[in-house]
Amino acid sequence: MRAASSAAFCARLLRRQLVLGLRRPVEIGNPLLFFAMVIALFPLGLGPAPDTLAAFAPGILWIVALLSNLLTSEGVFRGDFEDGSLEQLLLAPQPLYFSVLAYVLAQWLLTGFLLGLLSPLFALMLGLEPAAIPALAGSLLLGTAVLSLVGGIGAALTVGLRRGGMLISLLILPFYMPVLIFGSGAVQAALAGAPAAPYLAILGAMLCMAVALAPLAIAAGLRISADT
Amino acid sequence: MWSLFHKFGSPPWLYRLSGSILRWLLPITVIALVVGAVWGVLFTPPDFRQGNSYRIIYIHVPAAVVALAGYYVMAIAGAVSLIWRMKMADVAMRACAPIGAALTFVALVTGSIWGKPTWGTWWVWDARITSMLILFFLYLGVIALYEAYENKELAAKACAVLSLVGTVNIPIIYKSVDWWYSLHQPASIKFTGDTTIDPSMLYPLLFMIISFYALFTCALLLNMRAEILQREQRTAWVRRLAGSGERD
Repeated sequence: MRAASSAAFCARLLRRQLVLGLRRPVEIGNPLLFFAMVIALFPLGLGPAPDTLAAFAPGILWIVALLSNLLTSEGVFRGDFEDGSLEQLLLAPQPLYFSVLAYVLAQWLLTGFLLGLLSPLFALMLGLEPAAIPALAGSLLLGTAVLSLVGGIGAALTVGLRRGGMLISLLILPFYMPVLIFGSGAVQAALAGAPAAPYLAILGAMLCMAVALAPLAIAAGLRISADT
Repeated sequence: MWSLFHKFGSPPWLYRLSGSILRWLLPITVIALVVGAVWGVLFTPPDFRQGNSYRIIYIHVPAAVVALAGYYVMAIAGAVSLIWRMKMADVAMRACAPIGAALTFVALVTGSIWGKPTWGTWWVWDARITSMLILFFLYLGVIALYEAYENKELAAKACAVLSLVGTVNIPIIYKSVDWWYSLHQPASIKFTGDTTIDPSMLYPLLFMIISFYALFTCALLLNMRAEILQREQRTAWVRRLAGSGERD
């Protein structure tokens, strides 16, 4: 049997991951529900004054998006590691670089992408100025893709460990910080009437770098974890 | 060249080499640190604006400089261990993490003590300070990941990947003071162009930076020796070493 070309292989992997995700719609809903619930904590904790909430909204939305991404990143390789299909992937003739990219892309489509699309709704609930909403959605769409790629590194390094949950947050939160700075910076710039494009451009640059380099680290991490 | 390379991979050879280096380096480092500190504290003029409080610079700047450089040492050791599977590079990488974390911590603490009289606050969320805090977290993350693995060989590989990923952050920390205008002053010592610090203050500072590099090297070698002994505890040469001190 001839080995499938790597493009076809990746497309098939992507489709498989998406189908697996869509078969469990509740699990797709969970991060969004988490996002909504944590957002609801802020008016309770900070008080419901619309001015305060609107001022904090860019930061709140971005931090909560970051946390919900952190929680979903952990599971990207978990199932496949436990049932052994990850080892088959490592043995496959197709380059691991593109395979892990397909995994991360599927994870992003089911979490960050949906979150980006739904974020205007939550932004309105917190009273964010409508003018800043395109910047919010744009920065979330670009930024969560970076977060998913970086989170994949943490997931790959900790997938073989029994108690990976806490550890992965310690490992990858430092790498989330630059994304948070420029992501919420974009929204704040839009709020102040300044163009958000420079911030979005930096996020785009980060995404390019993450797409180029993160799969290498993820692949190395998976090979290490497969030895445990 | 290759024979030297193989020698570096040999634990007993490295153990003996580090022992003979430390015999000289350790006393020199202690003397240099004392001399540098006395020079900086007693024999430099007070600052025009900050008076005497600036003298903490002789601890703060060297600790910060070496903390950043230590990350590179760790990442390079990690790369060497990943590429050439050299076990002693694992040991070096593992030995770097706690030293780097300690130096970063010292830089943060002395910075905050210095900040109180000069800026009137213990802590500000400014670019340089925040990025040093991130550096501290990076070091702690490497230690946490290493401890989480049962198999120490895999732990070292995983930490090597993590520390290489972390190098992305280091240039950001270096340049943060220049890129984001903030409370923290831009770097005074420059390799190109004029330095903005008087020679009478600069020389003791450079002396202290070199002493801190020596201190880092000593701590690294001591840590590595301890780790080598622990890893090789079942081998003949370590038994002989341990046995030589015992009456049997």
